[in-house]
Amino acid sequence: MTDSFLDIRGLKIGATVYPPGEKPKDIEIVHGVDIKLEKGKVLGLIGESGAGKSTIGLASMGYGRGGVRITGGEVFLNGRDILKIGAKGLRGLRGKEVTYVSQSAAASFNPAKRLMEQIVESALEHGVHSRADAEARAVKHFRDLGLPDPENFGKRYPHQVSGGQLQRAMTAMALCPEPDLIVFDEPTTALDVTTQIDVLAAIKEAIRKTGVAAIYVTHDLAVVAQVSDDIMVLRHGKMVERDTAETIITNPSQDYTRALVSVKSSEHPEKAPVGEPVLQCKNITASYGGDVKVLKNVSMDLYPGQTLAVVGESGSGKSTTARVITGLLPPIEGEILFDGRVLPPALAQRSRDDLRELQMIYQMADVAMNPRQTIGTIIGRPLEFYFGIKGAEKRKKTIKLLDKIELGESFIDRYPAELSGGQKQRVCIARSLAAKPKLIICDEVTSALDPLVAEGILKLLLDLQAEENVAYLFITHDLATVKSIADSIAVMYQGKLQRYGTKTEVLTPPFDDYTDLLLSSVPEMKIGWLEHVLATRKMESAGN
Amino acid sequence: MSPLITLVAQRIALGLLLLLAVSVLIFAGTELLPGDVAASILGQSATPEALANMRRDMGLDEPAVSRYFSWLFSAIQGDLGTALTSGQEISSQIASRLGNTLFLAFWAAVIAVPLAVFLGLLAVRYEGRWPDKAISAVTLASISLPEFFIGYLLIYFVAVKLGWFPSVATIYPSMSLGEKLHAIGLPVAVLVMVVLAHMMRMTRAAILNVMQSAYIETAELKGLNQFKIIWRHAFPNAIAPVVNVVMLNLAYLIVGVVVVEVIFVYPGMGQYLVDHVSKRDVPVVQACGLIFAAVYIGLNLIADVVSIATNPRLRHPK
Amino acid sequence: MRIPTGALIGLIFTSSFFLMAIFAPLIAPYGMAEVVGGVWEPMSSKHWLGTDNIGRDLLSRMIFGGQVTIFIATAATILSFVTGSVLGFTAAVIGGWVDQALSRFVDLVMAIPTLILALVILSVMPISILMLIMVMGFLDATRVFRLSRAVAVDINVMDYVEAAKLRGEGRIWIIFREILPNALSPLIAELGLRFIFMVLFLSTLSFLGLGIQPPSADWGGMVKENKEGIVFGIGAALIPAAAIAILAISVNLVADWVLSRTTSLKGGRG
Repeated sequence: MTDSFLDIRGLKIGATVYPPGEKPKDIEIVHGVDIKLEKGKVLGLIGESGAGKSTIGLASMGYGRGGVRITGGEVFLNGRDILKIGAKGLRGLRGKEVTYVSQSAAASFNPAKRLMEQIVESALEHGVHSRADAEARAVKHFRDLGLPDPENFGKRYPHQVSGGQLQRAMTAMALCPEPDLIVFDEPTTALDVTTQIDVLAAIKEAIRKTGVAAIYVTHDLAVVAQVSDDIMVLRHGKMVERDTAETIITNPSQDYTRALVSVKSSEHPEKAPVGEPVLQCKNITASYGGDVKVLKNVSMDLYPGQTLAVVGESGSGKSTTARVITGLLPPIEGEILFDGRVLPPALAQRSRDDLRELQMIYQMADVAMNPRQTIGTIIGRPLEFYFGIKGAEKRKKTIKLLDKIELGESFIDRYPAELSGGQKQRVCIARSLAAKPKLIICDEVTSALDPLVAEGILKLLLDLQAEENVAYLFITHDLATVKSIADSIAVMYQGKLQRYGTKTEVLTPPFDDYTDLLLSSVPEMKIGWLEHVLATRKMESAGN
Repeated sequence: MSPLITLVAQRIALGLLLLLAVSVLIFAGTELLPGDVAASILGQSATPEALANMRRDMGLDEPAVSRYFSWLFSAIQGDLGTALTSGQEISSQIASRLGNTLFLAFWAAVIAVPLAVFLGLLAVRYEGRWPDKAISAVTLASISLPEFFIGYLLIYFVAVKLGWFPSVATIYPSMSLGEKLHAIGLPVAVLVMVVLAHMMRMTRAAILNVMQSAYIETAELKGLNQFKIIWRHAFPNAIAPVVNVVMLNLAYLIVGVVVVEVIFVYPGMGQYLVDHVSKRDVPVVQACGLIFAAVYIGLNLIADVVSIATNPRLRHPK
Repeated sequence: MRIPTGALIGLIFTSSFFLMAIFAPLIAPYGMAEVVGGVWEPMSSKHWLGTDNIGRDLLSRMIFGGQVTIFIATAATILSFVTGSVLGFTAAVIGGWVDQALSRFVDLVMAIPTLILALVILSVMPISILMLIMVMGFLDATRVFRLSRAVAVDINVMDYVEAAKLRGEGRIWIIFREILPNALSPLIAELGLRFIFMVLFLSTLSFLGLGIQPPSADWGGMVKENKEGIVFGIGAALIPAAAIAILAISVNLVADWVLSRTTSLKGGRG
C-alpha cells in the first residue's frame, strides 16, 4: 500500500459533447476507476475505442484533452493529491515527475525547432540537469534506443527523420528529465508492423534500463502483453479486471477479456480452387506519373468463391493493385482478365456489367457513404442502377439485403451518422452485394474497427461468400486477419509480388527474408514473444 | 538553402508574370470592350469627322496589339502617357498623389497591424469568454459597415460637433509632419476601423489553429507556462499565417483608400482615379489601375515569400 | 428548431427590408423624385425623415432607393452564384485543362482588387442598371467559383463519390446527387455574405458617382446627394448610410447562424 507512488481512487472523468442540432450536453466517460502503481512497474491499460484508456492515462498528469475534465476522485502521486495542487503545482509536476509519449510523434514535435532543443526542454525547465548534462543524457538515450548517428541525431528537424525514429525520439524526450512515471499513449499504433516491433523493443529496453514506471495505453492486447507487468482491461469507462499480464493472457476471469484474448486466433480452413479464375492480373506495372513505378510486374489469380489476401505494409503497392483492378489507375503494362475476358484498362471504357460484377468496400465506412442519403437510398441505388428495380420491389429487396447483414428493416430510413462503425461497414457490404457481383475488393475493411467488431464483419463476409459464391480480393496489412479469411495469399513488398500461393504454401517455411520479417513481426498473444522474435529473425526491419 | 532560393525566385517570377497578365487584362478591359473612348468623350452629338480625328489623335486606329506594347514599354520606363482631359503628364501627376496615398496607408497600417495582432492574441487568450465574444461582435458589425458610414459619422460628430479634427483632409508639401498627421486623423481612423476587425479575426483564427496543434499539448505536458508555450512553440509557427493575414488586409486597405480619399477630399491616387473614371479619361484609369494592381500583387508576394522563408521543411531540407 | 435571438432579429429586419422593397410604391407617402418641400427640412410629422438636398421627401426616397439597392444586389448575387458555382463544380468534377484554364483566369481577375477593376471597366462602358448587375455579378463570381470549387474538390475525393464513379454513375448524378447535397450548407451561408458584399459594392459605386445615376437613386447615391449637408451639421446623409449598415448586419446575423448550423452538422458527421 505505501509503496504505491501512484494511487488513483474513484476517478471520474466528464466531457462535453455537441450532438448536431442539439444543445451541448455533459456526459461521464470514466465512472470511478482505481489504479495503484508501484515504482518501476509497467501497467498496461487496454480497451476498445471509447473505453476511456487514453483519458485515464492523461488524468495521471492532471490533464484533460479538449473538453475533457476530471470530475471526481483523487489522484495521489508521490504522496499528494495532484487534483488539489492547482495549475502552478501541475506545471511543476508535468515534465518532471510524469512525462508523456503520444501516438503521433510526428505531430507532437514542434516542426520549427531542432529535436535536441525539444528533447532537453523539460529537464532544463525544471532544473533537473544543466544543458550539457541533459544533452549528454539525450545522446545516451538515442544510442540505447538504437537511433542512427546518436551524436548528431538531435541536430535534425522533426521532418528530417522517419516515423519510427520520431517515436523513439519522443521516448528519449520522455526519459530525459528522469521522471518517476511515463505515460505511453498507443506509441506504436501508427507504425507499420515491422517498424512497430523495433520501437516496442526499444521502449521495453529503455524502461528496463532506467527503472521508470509506466502506464502503457493501447488497444492491442498482444502488444501490451510484451511490455507490461500488469494489465488492466477497461470497457465503457469501467474496469473489467486487473491482473498480471501472464494471468490476463492465459487465464482471464472475465468473458470480455476471454473474447479479447481469443479474437485473432480463429482459423479459416483453406478451400481448393474450382473452375476457371474470375480474376487474372497479368504482369501489371503501374505508376502515378513520373519514373517511379508503384507496381512492378505483378501477376495473381483469384478463383470464384475464394479469398485472395493481398498483404503488405504502407508503400507496398497493395492499394494501388486495387486501383488498377477497378480501372481508376490504368496500368502502363499488363492486362486484367475478368471471367475470362480482357477488361478495358480505364474505368470509362468498361461496360456496366463489368462494373456491376466488380464491387468495392472501403476502409472508412463513414466516408464511403453519402451522409445525405438514407441507408435505403444507399443500398437501393445499385438495384435501380443495374437492374432497373424501383418502388415497392426495390424496398422489398433492400429489406432483404438488410436482413442478410443482420441489421433489419428498421435501418432503412436512417442516415449513416446514426450508425455505429460496424453497422456502417455492414451497410457498405450490403450495397456491394446488391449489384450481385462476382468479385468484391475489400480494402482494409476491418482496420478501422475494434477487434470484436472486426471479427463480426469477417464472419459475415465468410457467411456471405458461402451463400453467394462471391470472390474477395482482401487487401490488408494485418496478417492475423489474413489467417482467418484467406484461401490464397499474395505478399507485396515495394511494389513487387514477394511471395504468392495458397495460404498453406505461403505460411509454411522456408520463408524468404521479408516474409519472415513480416510474419514474425505480428505480435502474438504470448509472454516473451518479443524477445524470442528478436533473437531468431533473419532481417532487420526496413522502416528505420 | 538552395531549394528555398529557387522557390522564392519562382514566386517572384510568377508575380511578375501575373502583373504582366494583369496589364493585358486592364488594357483589354479599357480598349477592347464595346464602349468607344472617343465617342464617350465627345458625347452623342459628335460628328463623324470629329470622331475620326479624335481617334487618329489618340492612336486608336492602330492595331490593339501594337498599341498595347507601346503602352507597356513606355509604362516600364516610367512614362504613363498624357491625360486626355488636362493634357498633362500622368507620371508627374501621379507621383505626388501616390506619395500622399502611401502616407495615409502607412499610418493606418502602423496603427492597425500591431493593434490587430495584439487584440487577436487577446481573443485567443480569452477564447470563448467576453473579450473574445466582444471582438467577434465588433467584427460582425464592422464587415457590414460601408466606409462612408463610418467616415461621415466621424465627420458629423468629431469634426463638426466637437471640432477636434478637420472634416476635409487637405495636405500640401510645406506642412510639418505634426500638421499633416492632424489633417489625416479622421481618414486614418476610418481605415483602421475598416481593416482592424478583419485582421483581428483572422489573426485569432490563425493563432488558434496553431494552438490546437499536438505540439502545443506536448509543451503543456512538459510543464511550461503559458508565456513560454506561446513564445517558444506557437509563435515560430504562427509567423507565416499571421503575415499572410496582415498582407491580405493591407491589400484590402488600398481599396478602402479609394473611398476614404473621396470622403475626405484627400489629394491621393484614389480620388484621382475616381475623378478620371467619371471623365472617362482612359490613360489615367489604366495607369492608376496598373499601380493599384501592382501594389496588391506585391503585398501578396511578400506574404508568399515570408511563408516560404519560415517553413522549416524548406529551410532545412532532408 | 430554436432560433437564437440574434438570428431572429436578423430574420425580422431582413424580411421587412425585402417587403419594403417589393411594396415600395404602396408604402411611400410621396413620389421618388417629387419635390415637396424646402431644402434639408428637419424631421416632422409631414416628412418623417425630413427632406433632402433639393426638397424631396427623404422617407419616400429611402423606400424607393431601398428597392433599387435590394433589387440590383439580389440580381447580381444570383448572377454571381449561378455563374460561379456552375463553373466551380464543373472545374472540380472535370478537372484537367478545363480546371486549369478556369482557375488561372480567376487567379488573374482576383489579382486586381474588385473595386479597382470595376472602376476600370466602368470608365469605358455605359453605366446602366444592367451593366452594373453584369459587372458586379461577374467580378464577384470569381469568389463563388473559388469557394464552390474548393468545396467540390474536397467532396470529390470522398470515397462515396469514388464508389459512385465505380458504379458507373454519370456526371449529372455525381454533381447533383453526391456533391451538391453536401456542398449546399456552406454555399447557402456564403449566399448571405455575397449579398452583403453586393449591397456594399453597389453603394460604394453609387457613392463614387459611378453607380445609379440621378434622378434615380439607391442608398449609396443618396449619401452622395446629401453629403454636403454634413459639414453644416445636417445628418441627412447618415440615414441612407445607416440603412445600408442595418441591412448588411441583419443579413450577416442570419448568415452567421446558418454557418454555425453547418459546422455543427459537419462535427456530427465524424
